Amino acid sequence: MSRIAGRFAELKAAGRKALIPYVTAGDPLKASTVPLLHGMVEAGSDILEIGVPFSDPMADGPAIQRASERALKNGIGLSDVLGFVKTFREKDNLTPVVLMGYANPIEAMGVEKFVAAAKVAGVDGVIVVDYPPEECGPFADLCGKAGIDCIFLLAPTSTDARIREVARAGTGYLYYVSLKGVTGVKSVDVAEVAAQLPRLRAASKLPIGVGFGIRDAESALAISKIADAVIIGTRIVQEIESAGAEHAVARVKALLAPIRKALDS
Amino acid sequence: MQMYDLPDPRGHFGPYGGVFVAETLSHALDELRDAYERCRRDAAFMAEFHYELKHYVGRPSPVYHAKRWSAALGGAQIFLKREDLNHTGAHKINNTIGQALLARHMGKKRVIAETGAGMHGVAAATVAARFGMKCVVYMGSEDIKRQAQNVYRMKLLGAEVVPVESGSKTLKDALNEAMRDWVTNVEDTFYILGTVAGPHPYPMMVRDFQSVIGEECKLQMPEMIGRQPDAVIACVGGGSNAMGIFYPYIKDEKVRLIGVEAAGEGLASGKHAASLCAGTPGVLHGNRTYLLQDANGQITETHSVSAGLDYPGVGPEHAWLKDQHRAEYVAITDDEALKAFSDLCRLEGIIPALESAHAVAYAVKIAPSMPKEKALLVNLSGRGDKDMQTVAERMGIKL
Ligand SMILES: Cc1ncc(COP(=O)(O)O)c(C=O)c1O
Repeated sequence: MSRIAGRFAELKAAGRKALIPYVTAGDPLKASTVPLLHGMVEAGSDILEIGVPFSDPMADGPAIQRASERALKNGIGLSDVLGFVKTFREKDNLTPVVLMGYANPIEAMGVEKFVAAAKVAGVDGVIVVDYPPEECGPFADLCGKAGIDCIFLLAPTSTDARIREVARAGTGYLYYVSLKGVTGVKSVDVAEVAAQLPRLRAASKLPIGVGFGIRDAESALAISKIADAVIIGTRIVQEIESAGAEHAVARVKALLAPIRKALDS
Repeated sequence: MQMYDLPDPRGHFGPYGGVFVAETLSHALDELRDAYERCRRDAAFMAEFHYELKHYVGRPSPVYHAKRWSAALGGAQIFLKREDLNHTGAHKINNTIGQALLARHMGKKRVIAETGAGMHGVAAATVAARFGMKCVVYMGSEDIKRQAQNVYRMKLLGAEVVPVESGSKTLKDALNEAMRDWVTNVEDTFYILGTVAGPHPYPMMVRDFQSVIGEECKLQMPEMIGRQPDAVIACVGGGSNAMGIFYPYIKDEKVRLIGVEAAGEGLASGKHAASLCAGTPGVLHGNRTYLLQDANGQITETHSVSAGLDYPGVGPEHAWLKDQHRAEYVAITDDEALKAFSDLCRLEGIIPALESAHAVAYAVKIAPSMPKEKALLVNLSGRGDKDMQTVAERMGIKL
């Protein structure tokens, strides 16, 4: 069983929901990422999503765009991100790590080389935002052979046929984008998500994570009642931006602690 | 080459093209693809498109034999396809008319567009005014600075111009921002993309709307010289004016197809926008194509004296035509383009857009070594009114 499946099985047995935070690698400094990853685990995170910076993050809102630009100014590339995971794994061999980003940095490294290096570094899953299932067959096969989960997005506008296609190709979990638009611009509409999730449940047995627009303990709790995982990105990236390098870890831990508490209440 | 019937149903030109977008956009693109599929087979829709091209744009645009200049060069005859004479001053309007009609057909009341030089933004604002739609144009803040006149034109036409401050603050970032607007407002918004790039169906659809250029040439050239030209030459930014004139000639293998990219300060300087001549394949803006990128797969900043060629990617069909050796791609520097710009002004009384001046410059390069009976057909994609400021500045003149 993959680390991700194992983690969801443990959580299910304990009657708990997963907390999945997102940070952009190399933001605000190159040295920030590994301490942030450990800090987020200490604050009760179950799975970590690490953003790979890209010059043209078409699906992201202003906060994650700025994080990406800061990381690029720090010279962060995909091989640095794999390096962060490797370093993280020296102290944490249990927490699943998922890389999230765009296709081009992966293609520039070479798909085969990337999958092999990700495996060695200890990456458990990948979300390639602009790789829909029909464009990434060979990549998904390579990931499958390496035991790396391919996690796909689904949206409010996804048709039933599309949901079935993603359910067939995806492993690990399904990432349900809770709103129309880019990351972090609006707040989540819980009733709307609740109305949509049965369509996903009917098509797939995979756990469902909900992201885009979850900003606090209240919205996290509401989503956790209907989904298996709560994914928080923009809110954390904003916290890092306002905290600056020195205080980032403490501030992110302080942000996540009450959310964890709410999820377990 | 086999029978040419590309792209495939998912928008692939061999390994290029496709639909590389986040799931949030998939449905909107499916809807667009289905609507376009219906409209292109609908005689009434196509009749309306051609009616607008004739009565609003002023088509067909003439082909002009630049006799004086050809004589001065002493070689092949140069013919100019006068897209500069279209309403709004460039080929861009052929496409925006088509997409605006499609938007109306789909019941969308708001259109958005990205723009670099501002020509596509002006063409989009124009058709939005013509069809009574709300229009928002995204434009990099760097481009807003160098194309102030076009910004004002768009505003006069009733469009809202939104400055884009992210990334390199140029065309590619404006395209990102337009896509972000589109995912957020899919229900009532139609995205009028300005070139043969982006995810399927855009590269095919924009090519189809622009191919009126080449279709006309195929009738006009035999009228003028009794045969088709020996070569067709067009500048390539995203590649829409080039695809428009190339497409009807693809199967006619006797006709050389030559795309001219912006070499900026020279390919060796790194300051250029020549993705086909100097780039490598990758994925950007929803399709796989040749890109200017660094070793980490980050898209690099481009340079060209002409804002309309300042794009780090290129339409996927050009990538395919290059690999198939059906079209040749070359590059012209800022200085060469400026020289051709002045020469065309003085020898023929035509002020070309700086983008088009790149195509003209390449014709000037090869014409002298060719026999006088040979014919080069150059797509004069736009007029140079918008470039007065840039050219004057380069010459050290204050307007
Ligand atoms: C006059 C003119 N020619 C060419 C271009 C380049 O675009 P494309 O390569 O899509 O024709 C532009 C773009 O703004 C333009 O304004």
